[in-house]
Amino acid sequence: MVYEVIVGGKAHRLEVERAAGGWECRLDGQPVHIDAVIPRRDVLSLLVDGHAYEIKREQTATDLHMWVGSTRFAVELRDPRSLRSRQHAAGGEKGPRKILAPLPGRVVRLLVAEGSEIEAGQGIVVVEAMKMQNEIKSPKKGIVKQISATPGAAVNPGDVLAIVE
Amino acid sequence: MFKKILIANRGEIAVRVIRACREMGIRTVAVYSDVDRASLHVRKSDEAYPIGPAPASESYLRMDKILDVAKRSGAEAIHPGYGFLSENAKFAQACADAGVKFIGPTPHSMNLMGSKTSARQQMEKAGVPFVPGTSRGLVSAEEGEQVAERIGYPVMLKAAAGGGGKGMRLVHSRQELRSALESAQSEAQRSFGDSEVYIEKAIVNPRHIEMQVLADEHGNTVWLGERECSIQRRHQKVLEEAPSPIVDPEMRRRMGEVAVKVAQAANYTNAGTVEFLVDQQKNFYFLEMNTRLQVEHPVTELTTGLDLVHLQIRIASGEKLPFKQSEVEIRGHAIECRIYAEDPDNNYFPSPGKITVLLQPSGPGIRRDSGMYEGWNVPMDYDPLLAKLIGYGTDRLQAIMRLERALYEYFVAGIKTNISLFRRILCDSDFRAGKLDTGYLDRLLAKGNRAVAPGAGESERATLEMIAAIGAGMFAVLDPASAAGKDKDGNTAGAAKAPSNWKQKGRSEGLR
Repeated sequence: MVYEVIVGGKAHRLEVERAAGGWECRLDGQPVHIDAVIPRRDVLSLLVDGHAYEIKREQTATDLHMWVGSTRFAVELRDPRSLRSRQHAAGGEKGPRKILAPLPGRVVRLLVAEGSEIEAGQGIVVVEAMKMQNEIKSPKKGIVKQISATPGAAVNPGDVLAIVE
Repeated sequence: MFKKILIANRGEIAVRVIRACREMGIRTVAVYSDVDRASLHVRKSDEAYPIGPAPASESYLRMDKILDVAKRSGAEAIHPGYGFLSENAKFAQACADAGVKFIGPTPHSMNLMGSKTSARQQMEKAGVPFVPGTSRGLVSAEEGEQVAERIGYPVMLKAAAGGGGKGMRLVHSRQELRSALESAQSEAQRSFGDSEVYIEKAIVNPRHIEMQVLADEHGNTVWLGERECSIQRRHQKVLEEAPSPIVDPEMRRRMGEVAVKVAQAANYTNAGTVEFLVDQQKNFYFLEMNTRLQVEHPVTELTTGLDLVHLQIRIASGEKLPFKQSEVEIRGHAIECRIYAEDPDNNYFPSPGKITVLLQPSGPGIRRDSGMYEGWNVPMDYDPLLAKLIGYGTDRLQAIMRLERALYEYFVAGIKTNISLFRRILCDSDFRAGKLDTGYLDRLLAKGNRAVAPGAGESERATLEMIAAIGAGMFAVLDPASAAGKDKDGNTAGAAKAPSNWKQKGRSEGLR
């Protein structure tokens, strides 16, 4: 199996093959023999050269993180054989971007109108949770193509609030 | 002794009180709002009754509904916890009128301490040291200017009915006073329906240290040692410890005696806390009295060996304090971390939602008072406090080391928590040296976030990155089903809806 793994912005090529007493990996061409067990969901016990690591997986609506001990890494995993994931990978800056609700809450107000031009980092909607108001910002510069959020409505994580193109 | 107690609260404190009741052989009655049906306090109680929709004003603050449940269930007493109705004198009175014992002070004591000016007047009579200023609302800006001239700038204007920083203004000079007074008065009027504002000398970089007291209904009052509560954000405590790094036995005795004097002046009964501001010369001034069990009571329990909730219940049932002041001994050191559902990467904005993974610490010197569990949906309607992690050791350093170890074991996924903040505080050199004041946390946060624990060099970071990369791959290899974002409970987890590379990976695995 071959993966492209992006950790903290850096891309790595990871090859994994089953081997006697564990797995044979190649990380950017470097061979590493490992043993790996999943003792419970989202927890991985990894042994590398006698060093033991407990890795926790955290998936949210918008991203994936690996925790090694108490250090957190933002991770993206791609299968280079998959066309879909390559398309997705290319869609970073160009094309429409969905703005998703990162947390459950209630839409308080809209900060921009459909069709308006916005800068990267500009607030689009305000979502309230636990009596605090949070501005949901645009990750890119562009035009607000669609606003799906309605003031007063409840939203769940992953709900599309707006689309910026 | 009571046979049945109603707990008019939710979250970790409701669980805490239910546990005490079970230990004492008392049956428990929980109340819950619509969004709390699956909450831990409902699961742990003997009986549970719904009291209305999610907003607290329609459920946990509804005296009539709670008293109705007490009547229906036959509960003889109500423990209010903290927050909600705990410091509401009207509720204490309504309990008395309904023939249900309120576990806390009398409505009279609560009223006396509820207004900051009436508390000051009472304390002035009792000879308690408080910050120089007026004990009555200012009648004019001229009066304010005269008082400020006498006590010296900077001064603080405060709403008599205030709390949470509302109706409060720091004034540096005479020129600022008049407009500051006007805006404080109008803010106080808007926030509390009472425009009374008084003036106090401003203490620069104060510490916030409080003293636990306990009084029975037979005239016995004791103090149980102080808690250092200077680490705050937006007037909300974040980490507390006992004892305070700057309080020695002599200062502790003096603070304790003043606190007992405060409680006696108010005819106080049950558990209470007297808050002090402490200046850089270690002078302490009475600030206010909290007429309830505090969030941070466990650090006092660990350093005194007493169970404050047991004692609250015993006092409310009419028992005498089972020990004397001379028998109270402070041993060891305890530190509490308040685990909030907050996002450290997003200015500590609240983060409700479903807890998908929960790994909880235990082991020597660790106490965990928690209201959460894996699979629970943290509602967006209430305070973001999830749990309290308390470390205890023979001395401060051991307590810190145990907490660091426990925080390393603590892992919560699905929602964001402030666990990483405590790692930063505990290894900070000023914290280690006990150099604290109420501005400490804002200064620490202003230094900016560091992704890796100090000591982790570049090469170590690079190694961990490699490990994270291998880990991500191995999760995909070993657990493709879960990687597809499927939720075992069939709930709509956010991950299942989002465009996910994991989902695509899962599909491609399925095709093999």
